[in-house]
Amino acid sequence: MRLKFTVYSHGFNKVAWENAERVPMNKPGSIQLPQTVLSERTQAAEPVVEAIKPPSIVRSFLQSKSSGKVADGTFWGLMIVCALSIFLIVLLILSVLVVNSKLSIHTFGWKFFTSSSWDPNSGDFGALPFIWGTVVSSLLAVCMAVPLALCVSIFLLEICPLWLRGPIAFLTELLAAIPSVIYGLWAIFILVPIMRDNVGPVLQKYLGWTGFFGGSNFGVGMLTASVILAIMIFPVISSISRDVMKAVPIHQREAALALGATRWEMIRMSVLRNARIGIVGSVILGLGRALGETMAVTMVIGNHPDISKSLFAPATTLASVIANEFSEATGDLYLSALIEIGLALFLVTIVVNGIARLLVWAVTRGNTARAA
Amino acid sequence: MGSLPVRSATSERLSSLRRSAANHLVTTLAILSTVVVLVPLVAILGYLIYKGASSLNLAFFTHVPAPVGQPGGGMANAIVGSGVILGLASLLGIPVGIGAGVYLAEYGQGRLFGNIIRFTADVLNGVPSIVMGMAAYALIVAKQQHFSAFAGGIALAIMMVPTITRTTEEMLATVPHAVREAALGLGIPKWRTVISVSLRTASPGIITGCMLAFARVAGETAPLLFTAFGNQFWSFNLNQPIAALPLQIFVYAVSPYDEWHRLAWAGALVLIAMIMISVTLVRIFANRGALKGGH
Amino acid sequence: MGVDIHVENLNAWYGQTHTLKDINLQIPANHATALIGPSGCGKSTFVRCLNRMHETNPIARAEGTVRIGDIDIYKDASPVEIRRRIGMVFQRPNPFPTMSIYDNVASGLKLNGFRNKRVLDEVVERSLKSAALWDEVKDDLKKKSGASISGGQQQRLCIARALAVDPEVLLMDEPASALDPVSTAKIEDLIFELKSQYTIVIVTHNMQQAARVAENTGFFLTGTLVEFGKTHKIFTNPSDKRTEDYITGRFG
Repeated sequence: MRLKFTVYSHGFNKVAWENAERVPMNKPGSIQLPQTVLSERTQAAEPVVEAIKPPSIVRSFLQSKSSGKVADGTFWGLMIVCALSIFLIVLLILSVLVVNSKLSIHTFGWKFFTSSSWDPNSGDFGALPFIWGTVVSSLLAVCMAVPLALCVSIFLLEICPLWLRGPIAFLTELLAAIPSVIYGLWAIFILVPIMRDNVGPVLQKYLGWTGFFGGSNFGVGMLTASVILAIMIFPVISSISRDVMKAVPIHQREAALALGATRWEMIRMSVLRNARIGIVGSVILGLGRALGETMAVTMVIGNHPDISKSLFAPATTLASVIANEFSEATGDLYLSALIEIGLALFLVTIVVNGIARLLVWAVTRGNTARAA
Repeated sequence: MGSLPVRSATSERLSSLRRSAANHLVTTLAILSTVVVLVPLVAILGYLIYKGASSLNLAFFTHVPAPVGQPGGGMANAIVGSGVILGLASLLGIPVGIGAGVYLAEYGQGRLFGNIIRFTADVLNGVPSIVMGMAAYALIVAKQQHFSAFAGGIALAIMMVPTITRTTEEMLATVPHAVREAALGLGIPKWRTVISVSLRTASPGIITGCMLAFARVAGETAPLLFTAFGNQFWSFNLNQPIAALPLQIFVYAVSPYDEWHRLAWAGALVLIAMIMISVTLVRIFANRGALKGGH
Repeated sequence: MGVDIHVENLNAWYGQTHTLKDINLQIPANHATALIGPSGCGKSTFVRCLNRMHETNPIARAEGTVRIGDIDIYKDASPVEIRRRIGMVFQRPNPFPTMSIYDNVASGLKLNGFRNKRVLDEVVERSLKSAALWDEVKDDLKKKSGASISGGQQQRLCIARALAVDPEVLLMDEPASALDPVSTAKIEDLIFELKSQYTIVIVTHNMQQAARVAENTGFFLTGTLVEFGKTHKIFTNPSDKRTEDYITGRFG
């Protein structure tokens, strides 16, 4: 059916309009409204009023459409299911880990976290060496990465010329895009030889007396793992601490500069002081990333469940023991013990990340609220 | 006289010197650390390109891995396998992530439930990937009694969701309220407004967010160790173990054979290149539909 | 053709704030009615109650009876159905930035599922002509984004978009307040042309504008309708002291 649709020309009557006496737009005081103007205009509009309009298919179409309440409800339902699924995923992971580690939890109790024996053959499992490896490697990595990350953030925000800011920020963020396994690959073939032949001997010579750098140095071990971890968590700390520092209002900086502060004093007094909670948050976030990092660490830490004072010695982390042994684990207790390690890792990272997020939110949210 | 303590001219000079010295020291330190950080980055990328390019050949893209001791072989099956797993992960993860983001931005503003979801997403984002792999193992592999591409896809999909959710929410928040009002004022139902106006206006940012999530999981190895597991041969069955590029790189890197080390470098270069190319392609594709003068 | 609007005992709240108090008035069909008053007096809230846009804010609520033609909009229909019958033009031009000019005008139909291309083409042309924008954009209909034209053109595009769904009533919430004088004059000419076919309600803080375009004018003050009547009478011989104070510039 061909639909007939008359196109009306509503082009207004320019001549009549311009001939009409216009009321000046910016005339102050009271407004006089000449009667003639109104009547003249109404007449000009008259012919169109009298024209008979065809029944509009547009209007009848729209009035035939439903209110869309059902579609709206369905859409809302779908979206809330997606949102809920995030919550359910976390619950599901938690429950599946708890259920599967029950055997180990019942068998060892709290002793699991204080015992340092890991003997699949005799069925005796304790996670202390892995906790030690995880904590030491992560803390060392944080100690190495934090000063660097803060310096780079300060450089990018306060010192760096504008044209250089983009490229350098891009490059540091590129570090975050490199897969863990490629860091590991690079570490095996480049970092390990350097640590073994160049860095190790120097540390042994000058700091050997502390006992932290004793024993034989194969290049593979705690120290190397910490270095690669530091490189990997650097972009996290750097980019978030930069966001937090950026959130410090400009007038705070200007206030310090107006008092005659040097650039460093301004950074210390206004930027670092105001952003400190968020910076702590970014550091904890980096720590959380380091605690769970698996592949690169597994490839260079040596995978030996020992607690050693020397940082040259091989070690194992919670994540790397899972990566190494999970698919070969025989026996329910062995598997269950590994899953309990996963559960511990899950809970620790949730707590660490939760704290970090709250700290970062506290800073960035407060600022947006104040700015608005 | 109760006047303020007056400092001598010399102490004034000294303090000013100290202050400017501290200022210079920090400036130098900041520049130095930036250089120190850029060194490993350039070293990694440079070495990767150098080693990878010298080890790449046509066979790498056309052959499956050769048995131990035999020269040659490639990672064709791993490249395709990675594509299969990532496709599956994107298919599952992107809709859920965007949906949750839409809920947070369009329905859950200022509500306790919204804040809980937001916080959970941020926390889920920090859960180690190996734990995801373990959960997928316990949920799917242990039940089915065999490794599968499907389990790997699920593990990666879960990792994509929180990133996509948060970027979707942030991007939707940048859509002006006036634009939404315009649509509602025309009598367009809310669901249609969200899809055709809010999401469409925010789409460039959302696509970028999806690409970031994709790039992040594309190189993940840990969640695939005991889900997709790896495979030396061709496999297109979602219910069977499947090869993946990061897994193959890992296995070859820790092996004692030089030939395999060479292949690991080639694989690493291909992996990085694949991530970069797919990200760029989607960006170009997404920009092509844009109109002149649009924001 | 437009329809008339009857408002009885309309009350509206934002959270705890009582923004409209017992509004009663009758707006005649096919005429322009201006609502004036100082900012914050409730005139914008009032027009937003007429097409139930008021309630898109979760903390807002309204009570009372509003009849548009023979429909009680708070009883007989859903907000979506009401808004399809009543076009609205907002204070700031708000074209859809990712859509072309054509799609902007067609959006009210397309996004409601209207598919007939030939009719769409006609409607778009007719609406743009009615909004006096056709000659300026006819060559870039599908090439340019709705956000790429000038502010005054954007507002006329928004009017065309509202006209395309063939509404019975056209609500305009300070449609020219963000525009320059030349664009404002164009919009006023347009209102003058359109009022023969639509019931137009225009909120303005510019009294001259009200005097120029509207037959009837209502004066709002702190949430109440102080006076409503012929524009001519309101501006020359107001019956309420407060109206007189306002139009003679003693406050507001």
